[in-house]
Amino acid sequence: MNDMTPTREQREAKLEGMGCKRKRVEDIRFTQGKGNYVDDLKLPGMLHGDFVRSPHAHARVKKIDDTEALKVPGVLAVITAETLKTVNLAWMPTLAGDVQMVLADGKVLFQNQEVAFVVATDRYAADDGINKVVVEYEPLPPLIDPFKAMDKDAPVLREDLAGKTTGVHGPRKHHNHVFEWTVGDKDLTDAAFRKAEVTIKEMISYHRTHPSPLETCQCVCSFDKIRGELTIWGTFQAPHVIRTVVALIAKIPEHKIHVISPDIGGGFGNKVGAYPGYICAAVASIVTGKPVKWVEDRIENLTATSFARDYHMTTEIASTKEGKVTGLRVHVLADHGAFDACADPSKWPAGFFNIVTGSYDFPTAHLSVDGIYTNKALGGVAYRCSFRVTEAAYCIERAMDILAQKLNMDPAELRLKNFIKPEQFPYHSALGWEYDSGDYHTAMRKMMETVDYAGLRKEQALLRAAFKRGETREIMGLGVSFFTEIVGAGPSKNCDILGIAMFDSCEIRLHPTGAGIARVGSKSQGQGHETTWAQIIATEIGIPADDIMVEEGNTDTAPYGLGTYGSRSTPVAGAAIAMAARKIKAKAQMIAAYKLEVHEDDLEWDIDGFRVKGLPEKTMSMKDICWAAYNSVPPGMEPGLEAVSYYDPPNMTYPFGAYICVMNIDVDTGVYKVRRFYALDDCGTRINPMIIEGQVHGGLTEAFAIAMGQEIRYDADGNVVTGSFMDFFMPTAVETPHWETDFTVTPSPHHPIGAKGVGESPNVGGVPAFSNAVNDAFSFLGSTHIQMPHDYWRNWKAAKDLGAVA
Amino acid sequence: MIPGPFSYHRPATLADAVKLLSTLGDEARPLAGGHSLVPMMKLRLASPEHLVDLHGIAGLKGIRRDGNTIVIGAMTTQHELLASDEIGKSLPILDETALLIADPQVRYRGTIGGNVANGDPGNDMPALMMTLGASYRLEGASGAREVAAAEFYQGAYFTALEPGELLTSISIPVPATGHGYAYEKLKRKVGDYATAAAAVVLTMAGGKVATCKIGLTNLSETPLLAEDAAKAVIGTSLDPAALKIAAAAAVAIMSPAADARGPVEYRKHVGGIMVTRALQRAVGRAS
Repeated sequence: MNDMTPTREQREAKLEGMGCKRKRVEDIRFTQGKGNYVDDLKLPGMLHGDFVRSPHAHARVKKIDDTEALKVPGVLAVITAETLKTVNLAWMPTLAGDVQMVLADGKVLFQNQEVAFVVATDRYAADDGINKVVVEYEPLPPLIDPFKAMDKDAPVLREDLAGKTTGVHGPRKHHNHVFEWTVGDKDLTDAAFRKAEVTIKEMISYHRTHPSPLETCQCVCSFDKIRGELTIWGTFQAPHVIRTVVALIAKIPEHKIHVISPDIGGGFGNKVGAYPGYICAAVASIVTGKPVKWVEDRIENLTATSFARDYHMTTEIASTKEGKVTGLRVHVLADHGAFDACADPSKWPAGFFNIVTGSYDFPTAHLSVDGIYTNKALGGVAYRCSFRVTEAAYCIERAMDILAQKLNMDPAELRLKNFIKPEQFPYHSALGWEYDSGDYHTAMRKMMETVDYAGLRKEQALLRAAFKRGETREIMGLGVSFFTEIVGAGPSKNCDILGIAMFDSCEIRLHPTGAGIARVGSKSQGQGHETTWAQIIATEIGIPADDIMVEEGNTDTAPYGLGTYGSRSTPVAGAAIAMAARKIKAKAQMIAAYKLEVHEDDLEWDIDGFRVKGLPEKTMSMKDICWAAYNSVPPGMEPGLEAVSYYDPPNMTYPFGAYICVMNIDVDTGVYKVRRFYALDDCGTRINPMIIEGQVHGGLTEAFAIAMGQEIRYDADGNVVTGSFMDFFMPTAVETPHWETDFTVTPSPHHPIGAKGVGESPNVGGVPAFSNAVNDAFSFLGSTHIQMPHDYWRNWKAAKDLGAVA
Repeated sequence: MIPGPFSYHRPATLADAVKLLSTLGDEARPLAGGHSLVPMMKLRLASPEHLVDLHGIAGLKGIRRDGNTIVIGAMTTQHELLASDEIGKSLPILDETALLIADPQVRYRGTIGGNVANGDPGNDMPALMMTLGASYRLEGASGAREVAAAEFYQGAYFTALEPGELLTSISIPVPATGHGYAYEKLKRKVGDYATAAAAVVLTMAGGKVATCKIGLTNLSETPLLAEDAAKAVIGTSLDPAALKIAAAAAVAIMSPAADARGPVEYRKHVGGIMVTRALQRAVGRAS
């Protein structure tokens, strides 16, 4: 070997494989304003559509008069439910097995519901047209409070469901009832509560909020009448699912539908569903023969496309005097709005809320969820969390603090006492899940040591004493959160969307010179897939990540995948990538053996190629194998080097983490200050630590926003009062706390590379940490639970209600 | 969020602007920084047929000292106020307040004239101008007149401006050397209007408050001068009892609306706290 021969470390480093803090390749274009988003698309002759929306939360639509609108220069058409009925598209199926109006059919059921679609030569003309459409409404009594939805005399919202006593998820108990979902052993759980030495019960609400991605929902639809083909560019987190939905409802053959998701500016669950805008733009294009663009504005996004949460969770824990939990009982009132358009796998009307036993060894548990209709926008999407997992984590993490308070025990100690032990994995939870791996005690203790938990508690005790003596007006809270997520939907045995199993896929094609392309069924919205997917391939097959182009989002070229949400990309698509790479590696090994004139079994893998066992100088690099694959494969072998893998995961993955928030609150103004936030995440194998940190920063910022003020609030008449960024709390860098991140690594035993997914953990674990900090701050004044969001005036009100403010 | 159609005018002189506004009548609106008007137009809450852009009129910009008065052209941006040595030296409270208005991008466009002329109770400068005893120069077809800031505000978005009149400059008497000042603003985030805010300018003599003015932002339909509160502290050393009386007197004149910032009771409560804190901070700065 001469001096120029790279060392093993140099060869390894050149790959920029798993574990490397590789810079995001996407950022080269994003930081120069060269991204390609839907609204950047301008096609010749393109028209623009926009909606007439309902000012009422509940009203009968008596008449829609478009006469004056059609006189506005540039306005070409006004589409209403009557128009859509001619193509049988006035209603469409939702992902949750319900149906929803595309345009108001006889009545409106929430404020800003789509009533008519005005198509014009430009956006200004479309909006001028909107202002000239005259809609005659007859207001009906609105139903806003979910707790009144099943009152006997509650208004009937869904007249289309009259007489339907059974929905897709079973019996309906009331005209505003969607479903009841129960899990667990009721008798055993009731018995545990009868025998319990200590119990707690609290109604814990997780308010309605919204994913509010920077880029709103939008599309361009272009129908080619000659070819009979429909092309849709859109902000879709799951482009293949959109293609199938369009094929099913628009009756266009699926191979004649081309769905393309270009760069997407954030999704967080908001871009999973199918919205009336997509249908109307497609119909408008079919009718006019021209491309039609639809772009939501911020108010429309916040008030009409999918919201998140609105879960009201009555939670009970049974425990021994010593603090060993013996049972969990939860009833959820789930407000789904006007239609059930929750984006969950088909058989899971409340998502994976049955992860609500959390990180704790509950011998028994029982859960029931009642979904109900109200006069609010539809949705219930997973806002940066797996399906209803942030609700579940908030519920159990808040309840554990309440139990600790009742037992007069430290909340961290109570958690340590009840954690599932490392030797219990794989762990079967009382509500039916098999947790793959975990080491909760190590993570929790690392967190407590790093922040000096004991020292913080001492400081808190001193400050409380000073407060009681009247020497300070500040109180201090420590918010502990130890979450277990369930992500990576999912195994075909329990997960499908519209009957399609929730696998994911990858196709890798290596070119003669040793570079290649990987096409994946996932779709990045900012997660950095182009960077991380290439890193998995680099480590698996020894081709530098820089030599692998990753492509997603075009249904004509990418293999069928179920898209990106619910932290499923790394657990499912990431596995498919590794498996496809391994197929390539197996073929490469045969080629190398042939070229090196040895038996395949005599070869071993070495960073970026094969070498003959015992003869380290006899090697063939992957780059050389690529060349050989196109000119000298073994007799009988097909040339080329490519592979496809469709991965059906055997189980979910279960990331976890230990978070703590240290917060001071000024009781006179309610103003809080986050003094410290430490987040330890265990997401199994870490592919790109820099991207993980970025994901955690982003998710914590969302969690901070949600817990401390971000809500979609309605007044009693059903008007949205937080419909813009003036009132919907979107923190800036000034308000956002500093984040400290840390990790442990407990690989998933069933995942090909041991990775678990991380994008959503910080939202799931962050919200309870903030809320527990506020609640912990106030607990010494006698409160047990204060509902989110914890904005300034509510903190002041809590202090006032507790007698701390005159 | 797409505005309706409008015609755009960009006069080069004040005379042309005044002429345009008086000829075009109610359907014309002057455009300064646009941070209030343009969002209203995008929501179609305002649909003026004509926009008269004042950016082409050089004479409407600038900061100068005229004896014991600072004169600021209406089209001077918040950023220019912050960049001015004269303001920093003579009217430091103006810097403190301007820094609490939104973010740098907004301050590069937003003007002091637009801020005070619009009559938006959420704007920060009006209460400060009342506290400082400023007056506004209004120019219209029938000539120019001076109106005291304290006489200018009549209701939310209603001011002493007559149709066709423009607010062209602001005159502020320079506060006494050694005066104490503070602008205390509670807001939910950068870019938000005040949940409650208070401006204080005072002078001390022999350890007692000699003069004091207190202004209140976003605690009523108009900015307020808390005159009883100010009187309550004059002659005191701002001891806790005096502070308490002053805060209570200020709270007594507040009538904020309930909104997402909080219920009325909260906004008045923190309004009192802003007064207290502004007084405390101002006295600490006085010499």
